[in-house]
Amino acid sequence: MRRLSLKRLWAMARKEWLHIRRDSRSLAMAFAVPGLMVVLFGYVITFDVRDIHMAVLDQSHTTQSRDLVDAFRSSGYFRVTRQLDDDAEIAPLLTRGSVRLVLVIPPDFSKHLAAAEPAPVQALVDGGDANTASIAINYAQAIVTSYSATAVLKGVPLPVPIAVDSRVWYNEDLKSSSMIVPGLMATIMMILSALLTSLTIAREWERGTMEQLAATPVHRLEVILGKLLPYLGIGAIDIVLVAVVGGIVFAVPFRGNPVLLMVTAMLFLVGAQGLGMFISAATKSQFLATQLAMITTFLPATLLSGLMFDLSSMPKVLQVISLAVPARYFITATRGIFLKGVGLDVLWGQALGMALFALAGLALAVHAFKKEIA
Amino acid sequence: MFLNDTCAVEVTDLTKAFGSFTAVDHVSFVVEPGEIFGFLGPNGAGKTTTIRMLTGLLLPTSGDGCVAGLDILEDTEELKQRIGYMSQLFSLYGDLTVEENIAFFAGLYGVTGERLERRRAWVRAMTGIDEKSGGQLTSELPLGWKQRLALGCAVLHEPRILFLDEPTSGVDPVARRNFWELIYTLADGGTTVLVSTHYMEEAEYCHRLALMNRGKLIALDTPKAIKALMTEPLLEIRTAHGPAVAQALQGQPGVTEAAMFGRAVHVAVENAQAAAVALPAFLAARGLDVQAVTPVRPSLEDVFVALVRREGGAVAG
Repeated sequence: MRRLSLKRLWAMARKEWLHIRRDSRSLAMAFAVPGLMVVLFGYVITFDVRDIHMAVLDQSHTTQSRDLVDAFRSSGYFRVTRQLDDDAEIAPLLTRGSVRLVLVIPPDFSKHLAAAEPAPVQALVDGGDANTASIAINYAQAIVTSYSATAVLKGVPLPVPIAVDSRVWYNEDLKSSSMIVPGLMATIMMILSALLTSLTIAREWERGTMEQLAATPVHRLEVILGKLLPYLGIGAIDIVLVAVVGGIVFAVPFRGNPVLLMVTAMLFLVGAQGLGMFISAATKSQFLATQLAMITTFLPATLLSGLMFDLSSMPKVLQVISLAVPARYFITATRGIFLKGVGLDVLWGQALGMALFALAGLALAVHAFKKEIA
Repeated sequence: MFLNDTCAVEVTDLTKAFGSFTAVDHVSFVVEPGEIFGFLGPNGAGKTTTIRMLTGLLLPTSGDGCVAGLDILEDTEELKQRIGYMSQLFSLYGDLTVEENIAFFAGLYGVTGERLERRRAWVRAMTGIDEKSGGQLTSELPLGWKQRLALGCAVLHEPRILFLDEPTSGVDPVARRNFWELIYTLADGGTTVLVSTHYMEEAEYCHRLALMNRGKLIALDTPKAIKALMTEPLLEIRTAHGPAVAQALQGQPGVTEAAMFGRAVHVAVENAQAAAVALPAFLAARGLDVQAVTPVRPSLEDVFVALVRREGGAVAG
């Protein structure tokens, strides 16, 4: 192999940076999109359920039944919007979606309590949104359990079979933004890096400058690395930007080593940008390349990366496919570094996966980039 | 083999096939150092493909070649350091300034330090782009300047051999003339120049010409010698019905060739005196007025048209 020349590499990198600097669209995409996306997605993607609208059909009309409703009301998770008198009103309410949960307290509720017997209440839940429904059921159960415990303390001997005392680590408030923002860092950078670099080689073909470039002694690896360097710089700035926005807007903690974050981010970015350049070199068309870059990164990086959906609860086939989704490794790394403050001793597998991805991206790009003009 | 260092360009049976289409078909020639060597031919004749094989941009299907003492099959990348190339497309970066384009190509060719300063000054003098215009975006320059700047960037590293693929397409005659003066200046400095064109008047500027058609080399000589290839006398017919006259005369006894030449018709005949009398009468009988019939010396274009016809016509389209 011919020796690589730093001078040629630097000339390529400088030229590529000038292209970016003069193209306001690229600049805006490179710097404005990540911050905006984090704010937007950080607010939109939330699994925290608050103020679930509910209705109450209290057929007992006793102090105890009113105490139970108050327990729902004061929990912060529910808002009692309707008091019903007749069970015929229940179905239309749930059908129209004006409430998600209806609590039915039977007439003999207090009688059972007084007799120290189990006193069942009924929760009717709109299962149209399965996720919210199951969360609502969990909350309702928790409230009822805690009410039972209080009832016991008040001298009503009601058996409480199990008492759970749980403590959550790393994301103490179970805030979904703390989980989403570090994940978004990976997803956004995957899509953006591939998208931006997918333009670079195709642009040379479309503008006719490739012929002149191919006629110079520049090495293929120098072209790819040279084009990559300015985008790596942009990517590094974006990573910092996302971390700062996440910290300021969503109060996402940062407990790990910033150097480790940057090193793993660089591996990840090289891979994503190499993939973009591979697509660009293979298609030779900016339009086609951006479409392909979008298709190959967007769905995998959002659905199969663990950003929103837990990978371990997916079918085996998808789990195996997700092993080839680079964002998956970076998401594990960012969450580990942001929330748990873990180091390379825990994340070495992810780092290795991303190093392989970086090598593969570069190799594909160099292989697809030909200095032959037919 | 022929790897003697004095050869500028030497090719033997150079062939390039794209599938079933043979773009360049067993072409052989030698170019001497310091020569201005022209490729002339219609679109699709194989000029560009030939130049791309000589500049390491395309590998030949078969045949051998040596450029600047290097094998065009083996040493394509070293070759690129020794030669300069300017493509028919405007090839500089429009969103970079003049100075940035120069700096970029200087970087790729490894021209640095004092040498870069010297070459930069040379490009400025050669293109007429002063320091003030150096900060201008290249896309905003007039076409003639762009072309001279592209040439400047292609020879920043002072290559021994320069390849120009239809360098003047699209520029006006004055700019074209200026461009050719630059080519002469380079050739005087010892640079070997290989240039393709489809402008006949440009072909006349070359020391030697390779006429190409349908991938084949159909003639190779000095412009003067090529013009002498046409032995039949040539008549120029001035008429208002050029195309109709050319068509009517095609294939008539005593006529070997009839083709439009500007607004007139050039007719190659067996006997000039007899034809000068017979043709106007023949045409008048078909209702085609003739203003004048005069014997003329064949131009390069006449010879080219005749040779292409003899070889079975140009590629359609």
